[in-house]
Order: sequence, then structure tokens, then C-alpha cells
Amino acid sequence: MHKHRRLIQRLLPGLLLVALAACAGPFPQTTLQPKSDLGFAIDHLFTGIFGWAVGVFVVVEGLLLYALIRFRARPGAPAPKPTHGHTALEITWTLAPVLILVMVAVPTIRTIFQTQAPAPAGALKVQVIGHQWWWEYRYPDLGVVTANELHLPVGKTVGLDLTSNDVIHSFWVPAIAAKRDVVPGHVNHIVFRPDTIGMYLGQCAEFCGDSHANMRLRVFVESDSAFNAWVANQKAGPVEPAPNSLAATGKADFQHGACIACHTIQGVSAGVIGPNLTHLASRTTIAGATFPEDSLDLALWVNHAPQRKPGAVMMDMNLKPVDLQAIVAYLMSLK
Amino acid sequence: MTEPTGLKSWLTTVDHKRIGKLYFWTAFCFFLVGGIEALLIRSQLAQPDGHVVTAQTYNELFTMHGTTMIFLALMPLSVAFFNFIVPLQIGARDVAFPRLNAFSYWVFLLGGIFMNLSWFVGPLFHAGRLSVAPNGGWFGYANLTERQYSIGPNIDFWLLGLQILGVSSLAGGFNFIITILNLRAPGMKMMRLPVFSWMTLVTSFLLITAFPVITVALVFLMFDRNFGTHFYQVSAGGDPVLWQHLFWLFGHPEVYILILPAMGVISEVLPTFSGKPLFGYTVVVYSGILIAFMGWGVWSHHMFSVGLGPIADAVFSSTTMLIAIPTGVKIFNWIATLWGGQIRFDTPLLFAVGFIAMFIIGGLSGVSHASPPADLQQTDTYYVVAHIHYVLFGGTVLGLFAGMYYWWPKMTGRLLNETLGKIHFWLMLIGMNVAFFPMHFIGLLGMPRRVYTYSPDLGVSTMNLVSTVGAFLIAVAMLVFIWNVIRTRTAGKVAGDNPWHGATLEWAMSSPPPVYNFAQIPTVHSRLPLWNEPESVVQKAPTGPIHVPDGSWWPMLAAVGLPLMAGALIAHALWLAFVGAAILIFGIFKWGFEPFEV
Repeated sequence: MHKHRRLIQRLLPGLLLVALAACAGPFPQTTLQPKSDLGFAIDHLFTGIFGWAVGVFVVVEGLLLYALIRFRARPGAPAPKPTHGHTALEITWTLAPVLILVMVAVPTIRTIFQTQAPAPAGALKVQVIGHQWWWEYRYPDLGVVTANELHLPVGKTVGLDLTSNDVIHSFWVPAIAAKRDVVPGHVNHIVFRPDTIGMYLGQCAEFCGDSHANMRLRVFVESDSAFNAWVANQKAGPVEPAPNSLAATGKADFQHGACIACHTIQGVSAGVIGPNLTHLASRTTIAGATFPEDSLDLALWVNHAPQRKPGAVMMDMNLKPVDLQAIVAYLMSLK
Repeated sequence: MTEPTGLKSWLTTVDHKRIGKLYFWTAFCFFLVGGIEALLIRSQLAQPDGHVVTAQTYNELFTMHGTTMIFLALMPLSVAFFNFIVPLQIGARDVAFPRLNAFSYWVFLLGGIFMNLSWFVGPLFHAGRLSVAPNGGWFGYANLTERQYSIGPNIDFWLLGLQILGVSSLAGGFNFIITILNLRAPGMKMMRLPVFSWMTLVTSFLLITAFPVITVALVFLMFDRNFGTHFYQVSAGGDPVLWQHLFWLFGHPEVYILILPAMGVISEVLPTFSGKPLFGYTVVVYSGILIAFMGWGVWSHHMFSVGLGPIADAVFSSTTMLIAIPTGVKIFNWIATLWGGQIRFDTPLLFAVGFIAMFIIGGLSGVSHASPPADLQQTDTYYVVAHIHYVLFGGTVLGLFAGMYYWWPKMTGRLLNETLGKIHFWLMLIGMNVAFFPMHFIGLLGMPRRVYTYSPDLGVSTMNLVSTVGAFLIAVAMLVFIWNVIRTRTAGKVAGDNPWHGATLEWAMSSPPPVYNFAQIPTVHSRLPLWNEPESVVQKAPTGPIHVPDGSWWPMLAAVGLPLMAGALIAHALWLAFVGAAILIFGIFKWGFEPFEV
């Protein structure tokens, strides 16, 4: 049995590769290459079910095809026997699926309880808060608040506590965290241990309004030292622009503009509607991990957010080019 | 005794056969509308970062595609066959309540129009765009659908439209239960009932039990949106998860409302074209009943990612797997019906076999998300989109087309063209597999559903393009069918009473049947009267005048009241609600006191 599973496990990616030869390339959001204990448990279960499904598919479709070919009408053949049923046969094909389903149900229920166990003591706690349409992450034990890009140390069990600030979202990072809905008024949990350093893509999986498609996210699984360095940087205050630099003008514009109503920059502003920007430039993306974090995209975003992201709460800021340039320079300096 | 003609005769008809045809053509038009919505969806997704439609329009399109296909196309197409075929199959002159039947139809038509008007009335609401169509998904999850997050009238059109359609479904459900239980011909015991009529009965029970549940859910939402209650509002102690429980408590039986009639159709087609009785009739009937019962105990499998806890997940996973057993039994019985037969490969049989072959795939992918941990990777992804389309397109749609080709000669007197029918079948089968099979991979490789755009980085662009090509192949198949219908209207082969050598009572009279159906109500002695005892059921000319009820305007008039009342809530015009209510009550009053014999 185990051998068969392994065989299927080996065959499955092969089959997929054949099917996908035309569009070969990496699939950064695939569910089929797990990189955590949770991911492996699910993948293992799915591979077993997939094996049974292929077996049943071959047998039943085979029987159907055989019947169609073997019993096609032939001229001059005698009229078919009017059979009405066959009790033994019917009991057999009732019991066969029962047995197969038991083979599926037992590992399923085991995996349910295994994967929904509470986080062990000492697990890294992260609060995930869904917003239309971005993700807020809070590390209560580390005092870090960030958005859209989650950083985790490799090999350490993580307990995510998920809730929503507005409508229902669903946190989905296929390779490491699977999926769990993010429901206002509820706190849901995902417990997992990422085991491979790398960057993993995810996105919201529950329809949540206009820009549901633009509620993406990234997870960086890092070595301990890289993670600790990231934490240290996040805990530090924002970078102070050099006096009389463009970024310093930008900071002044930021402080006197509408930005402060929605965004926090530690020690500068205290808005809580949009993402915390204290270390914006340490992230690789903006706007719900939808656009790259660079000067051009930031400028487009600040002045044209609703066009770039339908339904975005952030308004068109209509900044003059000179102010825009300054604000972007300031934001880009917030490493 | 001659059948009246002209527009008035159709507007006032209470004849189940005419109402069946009205249901058919109305539902078929909505099926085309839902199909066009699907083509727009697939055009947008043909490439990553697509710009065919905007995000807002896309969200309206997928909402209305699902809502239209389920409530305005597939359900009423099944009801078209309930209407046309069931009274004939059970040996009745009409349904139990012919005017209620007409009322059901008009309510359905007006409800469908009401909901689709939302595409064009944006300017009335200063929406800044033409359309204010529903945009919260066919599942309308609260609290996204609350006023706070969906300000416009879009969701109101959706929830009020569904309330109107619910009235139609409830009335129809009661009508067919009473008809099947009370109007069977002498000797037509329950265990002699054709399986299609059995599945109609089971489906009708599901209709009258499931629709009250969504009615409650929708009333809560309507009150939240319009009258300041807080059923689904967290800030006031409500809970959006309540909506999900209510919706899926309706929604899962609804899946069986969609599939059981098609299962009934193919349980008629397979015996006819293999020249053998249905294998294990009793088991097929009981498994249909069992599926309907068990369909009530599985709703939370739509909610495995909601976080209901390991106990609920384990229980609902187990019940869901259990329901695979009666379903599997049916498939084996159908194959055993073919086994040892003399199978004639006419178009109805091709579609029926297509149903079995595709439904197996949908059933097996269903088992993989009956397992909650596995479902955590699959739910809300294209994998589930693949699954539901194998079940509802590969299953229900192919099954309904089997019924169309099978009963078309009985309904119209002429056969559809077999060559065109076969081209239609193969194009549709290939098209659906090209469209929906890649979606399994698209989902497993990480594309969520209900997204108006996706990044080229996901690596699923080519597969999406392939899927779009498949969708357009299905559209070509539909054109072939429409051409077939148009061509055979006058040039089709004349069918005769029983062109397929069917065994059930609908084949005992001329095609199309006379307005009174049976000149002599037959006495039935077996499950397969036309095979076993044709002399006792085949119809002769009537010996005297046969009374059939005259038409009535009142069911249609009463039906007009409902969309007016719904419109009042959207237009904030209380007087309109009173006008609508007055019309409804007046219509029902006049219809109630209309002389029975005119």
C-alpha cells in the first residue's frame, strides 16, 4: 500500500509535468509542493485520495466503455434478457465503495485532529488581520507590525491567529499554511512549521469585494539570523531623512498631507486605516502585494490608487509632480 | 376539442404541456444569457491581467452566471420536463392545480426579468454606470452583502429576485407532490412509477423543504440591509457565519434539486436504448430518496475552511462520504442496465452516457474535498470550479440534453436531426472537457476562484487560455443545437407515437399529445406498460367529449403583484408595495372564485 502511494506520489508531478509541458515553469503558488509539516500532512492525504480516485475512475469508466462496445446493437441479435436486478451483485457494489471510503475516512479524521491541534507553547505567535484588500500582521511578542509580507524563521512552529476588520477573507499560502477563513468576530488558527527557506506566494481565497483578486501576500521563510535581523530593523524607528534632502521635503509633505489620516509611521503619524508604513521600503511589494515596491509604482499608486486597484479606500491624491516626487522619495527611504 | 391558438391562448393557458413549453423556452433563453456571461468571464481570464471587463463588471458577471444558471436555467429546464412529461407518465389529464401551475410559470418569468433588469437600470440609482447587477456571488456571503459593504441596489435585486423565484419553486413543488401522489392512473402503484416521475417527486419534496430555509436567510439579509436589524452584523452581536449555515443548509439540497431530475432522465433513456428494464429499479428509487435525505446532513462541507473545529469537520466529512455510496450505487445500476442490452447509439443515449462518464469525474473530485484537510487546499479555488462544472454541466446539462433529444418528438411531433445531434454531442463533450479539465490543475497550482485577474507569475496562463477555447467550443455546440431546432421545426422527421420504442405511458399517445392527453385513462399492470401490455394502454380515438379547463388570466395577473412589491423596496416607494399587494390579492381572489367549469 505504502509502495503504491509512493509510486503515485512520484507519478503525480510527472503526470502534471506532461500535462503542462506547454507552459513549463515554476508554479509559485502551487499546492503540490508543500514546504511545511501542515503542507506535507495535507499533501500526503490528498495523494492517497487521488490514488483511490484514479483507481475507481479507471475501473468504472472501463466498465462503462466495455459495456458500450460489447453490447452495442447488432442486426439480427436476439432480444436482450429483461433482467430486473441481482441482489448479490447490488450488495457487492454497495459495499465496495464503503470499504474505499473507510480507507479515505480514517486518515482524513486522523489528519483533521492532527492539523487542528492548538499551537504548542513557545510557538511564534502572529496575528493576521484581514482588511479590504490587504493583510496586517502583528507579532505581539516581538512588538512588530507590518503588512502583506510575512516573515517567519525556518523550522520554528508558528501559530497564526486570524481575524478580520471588515468582511470575510481567507488566508491562503498553499505551500506552507494551507487555507483558513478570516472571519470578523471570530479568531481562527493555523499552526504549522515551515521547513524550507524561501519566498512563498499566497492570496485571499474568499470573495471579499471589488479587489478580491488584488489581495495578495508573500511569506518569507528565513534563517534565524536573517529573521532576527529583520525583527531588529522592524522594531527600530523609521529612518530619518537627511536634512534638506528630497526625502525630508517628502516627510514634511507627508505630515501635512492627507496621508496621516490613514497611515502610521512610528513617531510621525498614527492613522490605522491603511497599512503601517514605518518600514515600507523594507518590503518588496505595495498595495496588497500586487505591485512591486519601486518609485514608479509608488508614484502611480499615490496618485491613482482607485484605478490601479478597483474599490481601493485610498483616494486619488492628485499631488503635484514635485510633491509626489518628494513623498515617493521619503517613502522609498523607509527601509 | 380542438386546441385554441393565438397569443391569448398562451397567456391564459393552464395546460401542463403548454406551460411545460413556456418553461422550456424561457429557461433556454436564460441558459443562453448565462452562457454569454460565461463567455465574457472566460474572455477576461483568457490572459493574465485581462482588460476585457472591469473588476465591477466581472464580479457582476460571475454572480449572475451562477445565479442565472442555477435558478433561471437548470431548475426551470427540469421543471419544463416535470410539466410536460410527468402527467403523461403517470396517466393524468393535467397537474393537480393547473392554475397554480400557470402562476408558478409567470412568477418564474417575472422573477427572472426582475433580476436581470438590474443590468440596465444603473442610471436610475445614480450608480455612474449602466449596471447595478448583483455582485456578491451566487452564495451572497454576509457580511459582504450587508449595506455597509454593498451600498447600491445590486444585492437587493439579487435577494428580492430570489424571494420571487422561491414563490414559484414552492408552488411548483406542492403542485407536483399532489399530482404524483393523487393523480396516478389506476394500477400505477408507487413502485410502478417511472423513475423520472419518482425523481420529480423527490425533488419536489426538496423544493418545499429547502426553499423555506433560504427564504429565512434572505429575509434576515433584507431586514439587515433595509430595516436596521443585525442578524449578520458583528458590531451588533450578529454573526456572518449564520448566513453560511442557513445558505448551505438550503444550498446542498439545492445541488440535489439540480441533479436528481437529470438522474431521472437518464434512468428513462438508458432502458429504452438498451432494450432492457432499468437494472435494480427499487435500489435506484431508494437511493434517490436516500440521497435527498442525506443531502440535509452535509451542508458544512461547504464550510471546512470556516473554522468550525475538528469535531464538526470530522462529522460533516463522514456524512459527505456516506452520500457517495447511494450515488455510486446508481452509477453501477446504470452500467448494469446497459450490460447485456442491445444498445442503440441515438443522440439521447449519447448524452445519457456522457452524463455517467462526466458525473463519475465530478463525483471523484467531490470525494477529495469531502476530506477537510485536503479541502483546505481546494476550497475557493478553480479545483472546485472544475468539480461543480463536471457535476452541473457534465451531469445536469448533459442529462437535460438527453431529455431534450428523447422527449423532443413527443413535445413537438418531430424528431431532431440525428447527425446534427451527434455533432452537438461530441462538440459539447470535447468542449466541456477542454474548458473544465484544466481547471483542476489551475486550482491545484494556486489560482483562487472569483478573481477578475491573475498574475502571469502563477504559471497558469496557458491553461486558462485552453479553458477559454473550450468554453467557446461549447458555444459552437449550442449553435449547432439551435440550428437543429430551427431546421427540424418544419423539415424534421415526423416522430409517430413512439419513435424510440419507449416503455412508459407518455409514448402511448400521439405526438404531440392531444390537449386532453388520454382519451381513455389507462389501467396499468406493470412498470413497463408499453413493453409488457401495449394493448391495454395504447390510445384509441375518444368515444365522447372530454372536458378540459379553460384558460385563466388571473394567475398571470396575480404574479405581476410580486415584482411590483419587490420593486417597491428598491425604489423606496411604499405605495408601490400596496399596489403590488392589491394586485396579488385581487388576482388570487378572482382566481379562487373563478367558476371551475367555464
